Amino acid sequence: MIKSILIFNNHGKPRLIRFYQYFPEDMQQQIIRETFHLVSKRDDNVCNFLEGGSLIGGSDYKLIYRHYATLYFVFCVDSSESELGILDLIQVFVETLDKCFENVCELDLIFHMDKVHYILQEVVMGGMVLETNMNDIVAQVELQNRMEKSEGGLSAAPARAISAVKNMNLPEMPRNINIGDINIKVQSLSPF
Amino acid sequence: MSDVVEKTLTALPGLLSLDSQPGSNKLSSNSKLRNLIRGITELTSKHEEEKLIQRELTSIKEQVSSPNTSMRQMKELMVRAIYCEMLGYEASFSYIHAIKLAQQGTALEKRVGYLAVSLFLNESHELLLLLVNTVLKDLQSTNLIEVCMALTVVGQMFPKDMIPAILPLVEEKLNHPKEIIRRKAVLALYKFYLIAPNQVQHIHNKFRKALCDKDPGVMTASLHIYLQLIEENPEGYKDLTTSFVTILKQVVGGKLPMDFNYHSVPAPWLQIQLLRILCLLGKNDQSTSEIMYEVLDESLRRAEINHNITYAILFECVKCIYTIHPKSELLEKAAKCIGNFVLSPKINLKYLGLKALTYVVQQDPKLALQHQMTIIECLDHPDLIIKRETLELLFRITNAQNVTVIVDKMLEFLRINKDDYTTIDLVGKTMSTVFSVGGDTMQPDIPNSFLKLLSEGFDSVEEDRKLRLFAVDSYVSLLQGEPGKLPQRFLQVISWVLGEYSCLRADLEVDTVLRLLAKLLDMKTTSSETKSWVLMAMTKLCEGGAGVSVARGVSETYSSSLDTVLRQRAQELQHLSQDPELRARVLPRHTGLEPLEVDSSLSFLDGFVSEALAAGAAPYKPPHQRQEELAQAKSLSLEPYGLSLPLSMSSCSITDRQSPTLLSISSGLSGNSNDLSHKGGSSSLRLDGVKRVWGREGYLAQREPAEESAHVEVPSTLRSPSQQGRADGSHSQTPTHTPTPELEKQQLASSLFVGLGSHSSVCLMGKSEPTPQRFRRKARSPASSSGASENISHSLVSPPITVDTLVCNNLLDSHITSEPDVSPLEQTPPLSQGLAAANGSCDEELPDSDVKGSSPSLIGDDALVAADPAPHEEPPKDLLLSSYLPAELSGLSHSEITPLSSDQSLDLSACHVQKEGDLVLVVFIYNSSDSDIQQILLELDSEELEVSCECDGAVGGARGHSVAVCQYSLSVKRPSVHVELVGTVSYQFPVGTPQSGQFSYKLPLSSFIRPLTLSTEEYGTMWLDFSHDTKQNLTLISDDPEPLAASLSVLKNKLQLHVVEIIGMEGIVACRLLQDQPCLMHCRLHAGTLAVWLRSPVPDLPDCLMYFCQRALQEH
Repeated sequence: MIKSILIFNNHGKPRLIRFYQYFPEDMQQQIIRETFHLVSKRDDNVCNFLEGGSLIGGSDYKLIYRHYATLYFVFCVDSSESELGILDLIQVFVETLDKCFENVCELDLIFHMDKVHYILQEVVMGGMVLETNMNDIVAQVELQNRMEKSEGGLSAAPARAISAVKNMNLPEMPRNINIGDINIKVQSLSPF
Repeated sequence: MSDVVEKTLTALPGLLSLDSQPGSNKLSSNSKLRNLIRGITELTSKHEEEKLIQRELTSIKEQVSSPNTSMRQMKELMVRAIYCEMLGYEASFSYIHAIKLAQQGTALEKRVGYLAVSLFLNESHELLLLLVNTVLKDLQSTNLIEVCMALTVVGQMFPKDMIPAILPLVEEKLNHPKEIIRRKAVLALYKFYLIAPNQVQHIHNKFRKALCDKDPGVMTASLHIYLQLIEENPEGYKDLTTSFVTILKQVVGGKLPMDFNYHSVPAPWLQIQLLRILCLLGKNDQSTSEIMYEVLDESLRRAEINHNITYAILFECVKCIYTIHPKSELLEKAAKCIGNFVLSPKINLKYLGLKALTYVVQQDPKLALQHQMTIIECLDHPDLIIKRETLELLFRITNAQNVTVIVDKMLEFLRINKDDYTTIDLVGKTMSTVFSVGGDTMQPDIPNSFLKLLSEGFDSVEEDRKLRLFAVDSYVSLLQGEPGKLPQRFLQVISWVLGEYSCLRADLEVDTVLRLLAKLLDMKTTSSETKSWVLMAMTKLCEGGAGVSVARGVSETYSSSLDTVLRQRAQELQHLSQDPELRARVLPRHTGLEPLEVDSSLSFLDGFVSEALAAGAAPYKPPHQRQEELAQAKSLSLEPYGLSLPLSMSSCSITDRQSPTLLSISSGLSGNSNDLSHKGGSSSLRLDGVKRVWGREGYLAQREPAEESAHVEVPSTLRSPSQQGRADGSHSQTPTHTPTPELEKQQLASSLFVGLGSHSSVCLMGKSEPTPQRFRRKARSPASSSGASENISHSLVSPPITVDTLVCNNLLDSHITSEPDVSPLEQTPPLSQGLAAANGSCDEELPDSDVKGSSPSLIGDDALVAADPAPHEEPPKDLLLSSYLPAELSGLSHSEITPLSSDQSLDLSACHVQKEGDLVLVVFIYNSSDSDIQQILLELDSEELEVSCECDGAVGGARGHSVAVCQYSLSVKRPSVHVELVGTVSYQFPVGTPQSGQFSYKLPLSSFIRPLTLSTEEYGTMWLDFSHDTKQNLTLISDDPEPLAASLSVLKNKLQLHVVEIIGMEGIVACRLLQDQPCLMHCRLHAGTLAVWLRSPVPDLPDCLMYFCQRALQEH
């Protein structure tokens, strides 16, 4: 079972946290700090697995993480999950984000935290892997988005506008999450 | 770029339309979130962030509670609240509004509401009850998305007591036409099963229906449930094995739609899940396992695409194969697979490979042997996780033989790794393992250093506390289990830890611990040493209340114990438990471990002692003196053999001291070790017929073929026992003088993997790729004499065997078998027999004298010279060599020149010269060959001595038949009666391979003693400063009118002591150990003996000196 999913950036700022096992608020923050501390000091050329920290469950648990440019995706799982399986699940999740956001970057995660949550809900439900097929996940999310459009009319527009502005200012943005510095982009949003 | 432009264009209408709706709430609140985020990212300090967020929260609070806020606005506010909560700021005021949003909003707003609820609340939060009705309503909704949302939130959390309310609805969803609903319903039911298993008991058959669902997604979801169910009760689901196997077969066979492929692997996650289930089902069940063999084989075969996810499947496969009832064919494939993992350059795979090894190593230790070099490399891996995993693996193979090395490695790891959780986990878990495995066989210093680690701890107080708590917890649970099986030493450690630290665990009752400890005392198997540890722990613990009664019971039982130590501990316990005040003073709580000042010489007792002595009490005698006196009384020498052997013995120690046969050579000379040689003989005989799978090195792989090749040409009936012994002996002294990293690793490997495969006689050489080469090298070493480079004594390679066989034949048949290759050695058998008769020891040992390379000529026995199968020129005699002494040393007294080692070209001898402030070791290297030798390299090492070389170790060359001299200055690091130097000499002929040999040199500590001149006053002040002392009564030289003066002058002459003053019946003497370690002696005439009291700042020095004084006076 997956115990928690944490996404934070290179400076340890949380971008998304999801616990499937209850921890008090301050404990959650401590877990984030500890996890960041553990993960951030590891080189990119070492293995992607860490035996669990002392905070979440101890030795039975492990951290499986991937580092994409500015973001760390960390899954904390117990022994019933396969390490390599989870590693690829992270990949599926990130690729799905990329599909849904069209060139996903850290900014998307910040401004559309709720959407990221909805996508995640289609991948993992209550700590269990629900769906691993990227197309199905995207289809499910799009179904909801259609509802959003039909219901909210223009509510999707601001998001698209942001992404448009974003793209205008950073024309050479690569088709991946490998882009970076949040400050530059926030500046670019000031006309709003 | 065009892409971007296009996007901008498509976005424009939206922007415009937004602009056309001025005052849109959505826009304003949306930009508020943006403003917040931008504000935060612009901040520099945590403090500012806090201020900003608090401001933000206040504004959110105002808005959410305002009745004018629309649901739409509320939705945006909720996202902002989520953001703040994510950053760690509590927004509890918004929880109720989140629920309201979920209750009252439209589908979209509901979604945010549900999300916020599932992020903010937990299963036991009381507000969650307000959500039940909403969930009920949404489950019945016709809108698919609302049903999905409700199921999602139920899967995340739901109040346990309310499950019955919605259970029928969720159950109903199992029949829903949409597969995504069915799938979510299955997972929601799984969640229910996890939190309240008994509530879903009646729907187990519905799970089966889900397993047979036509949609693979629903089936996959149901596997979560089955994995859990089967883990809890594998017996109950054996009937499903065939179904699971069929499913897996279809998946592997590619029967699923292409949609399920991930990187062209069919439904990998499904496969992983199925393999895990099969693993649980087939464990310890042969018939069930048999059903799966085929599909497992297929899985292994199909997984060929080089992608991460394939390896994930392979890993599960391997694990499964090793868990279920074994099938050799599959095991072989799985082992190969593990090999691929371990040897993979990809670090993740290597990690998993190590994990797999750890998993299988207990069943299949040879697999670890195969990969031993990789494992050794991983020990030094820069990635701590890999390192840790390797250690974990090593702990699994811990046995009595390698426990020391492994614990060393672990402590080393702990020293460099300050990571708290790793440390705690590793120390706690694995020390327990190590103690319970290695337990009684390991050196006492290992538990000691563990306890030191515990008590001194690391840098942070918090980590220390955690580690100690962990230790307390795990040890308490161990004691609650079956402590009878734990080794004594571990029990001692447990008692100590509980005594010191169980107060850290507040909820642990003292009397619980006391009772556990008392249980230990009652066990028959507990040794009395352990019992005294336990009693000490109890003494620390007992404090008021129930503790006292337990303590009283225990102390009453043991205060009449026959064991004095136990009795004393029991008394202490009794007194301290009854007198809390005294207890508080003696054992203050919570003070930690301040270093205590310990007066090890017990000087505060001096008054008491002298009073007692004056009152006529017998002076204390240390045990060894008592024993000695006893021995003298019986006129039987019980002195340890090692001490009575004459110095010339060292000539033999060039070869392995393990080999018992050596002693017989010296027995002819020293005469007093006859029984030793007999012992040696018999012990070598005992080796006969015993298959020596493991030498001291333990490198199984290399041993066996070595022996085989060595014995091939000798018919087994002719194999003499000594051959086994010799092969063994020479093996264990295989070269260590070329410390290349590779070799070091091999040595490490051999010490780590010792004892692993002792029960398996499988030869592993073919499987592990780097070994064969190393093999060949060592394979010849049983036959090569000095165990150094193989060709150092090529001339000797065959003779030992023939001589050997001849001797045996001679003894058995009393005629010489004529074998063609015997002729050059024909004179040998009679001679060897003669020798055997002369020293009364076993004949089999003779060949060894040749083989070991300690040429008989060195011993100086003429009869033996002729027997030398490869006679070479005699090295120069003592007299000759002494002329080579360097000029500055020639005037000084030097010890007898002792031969060290010799082979066909080099003879090494040495002596030591006593200078006033120094001890010089002079090594003579005589080149007995005709050709020049270049680059002779001498390396000396000693545990007790500091060796400083005056010629950089490189002697340079030695021309044919000439002598090179090398000087070393020695000083004592650690006193010991006899100190020993071990050395290697390596050299090279202009043409030929490098060669080397080993030797050792032993010298008495007395050579390092020099007089120390000081006045009586200085003596007085120094005396009090020294902490190490020893007292003993020595024989007095009684035939002299002034016995004290005579005895002291004997000591002065023999040991170079300085007599400071003689006052009546007492004398004070001083000396120093080179370079500057003083030792003071106080002598007194007492009842016809000389009461000697030695004091020194150096540990062991008084004891050693006492030994020499004793000998000096006895020999006189």
